[in-house]
Amino acid sequence: MSTTQEEPAIIPDFGDAASEGRKLAIICSKGNLDMAYPGLILANAALGEGVQVDLFFTFWGFDIITKSRMGDLKFTMLGNTATHMPQGLGGLPGMTAVATHQMRRQIREVGVPDVPEFLEQITDSGGHLWACKMSADMMHLDLGDLYERVEGIISAADFIEKTEGAQLLFI
Amino acid sequence: MPVTTIGATQVHVDSEGFLTDYDEWSEDLARQLAANIGIELTDAHLRVLRFLREDYKEQGETPTLRRVSTVAGIPVRELFTLFPGKPAKKMAYIAGLPKPVGCV
Repeated sequence: MSTTQEEPAIIPDFGDAASEGRKLAIICSKGNLDMAYPGLILANAALGEGVQVDLFFTFWGFDIITKSRMGDLKFTMLGNTATHMPQGLGGLPGMTAVATHQMRRQIREVGVPDVPEFLEQITDSGGHLWACKMSADMMHLDLGDLYERVEGIISAADFIEKTEGAQLLFI
Repeated sequence: MPVTTIGATQVHVDSEGFLTDYDEWSEDLARQLAANIGIELTDAHLRVLRFLREDYKEQGETPTLRRVSTVAGIPVRELFTLFPGKPAKKMAYIAGLPKPVGCV
């Protein structure tokens, strides 16, 4: 008589229970093209992993959600040694436009959307966008000036309250 | 490479349970895989899975949510409804493909 050893079924653990209740708060404080993406990419990745995500746009980060600017963020070589180009070059007229154009092309080539479309994907995935009240007051902007999927203009304290228990990223 | 039994079929899987042999997959098997993770397949699910399989065959990697939405025209919101929680990984598992490696 022979016996066959049956392997138990291997079923992946998608961690549904573990990720339930996991929250991520991302504070976007920079408005350069290259500094906008890390927050958006991490937000998108976290949403895809079943994590609740709230983004707070403050100071220069306000550009990411300001209608008139969100599609026109720029990248400059100035003060960025990681381009490994002579710093003097970055100050030449037109260099910021050239560098921005180049970076946009590289971003597009890896299949990553531009900022407005990325925010659309993030909110379609369940992400929440919040605007900083102090920044709105300083720049004399109201909800009508902001990307339509921004849920509200709230104070820093409101954001901290909303994201109780969240892991936090400051960018 | 572990062998596991899904329904009545023996298939090769990796250590997490994702199928490793593209040709061992069938839509019947997909129903079992989906049931394993609490999803009942509908035509809407199958449309996604068929795109994933085709795209993988052409591109050699599992498409990300963004690729499914831009190339197949299936909105991201719908993908989250069909495959709740971790849609990209769940879709790949049911489609018998490796997990997607792309960031966006």
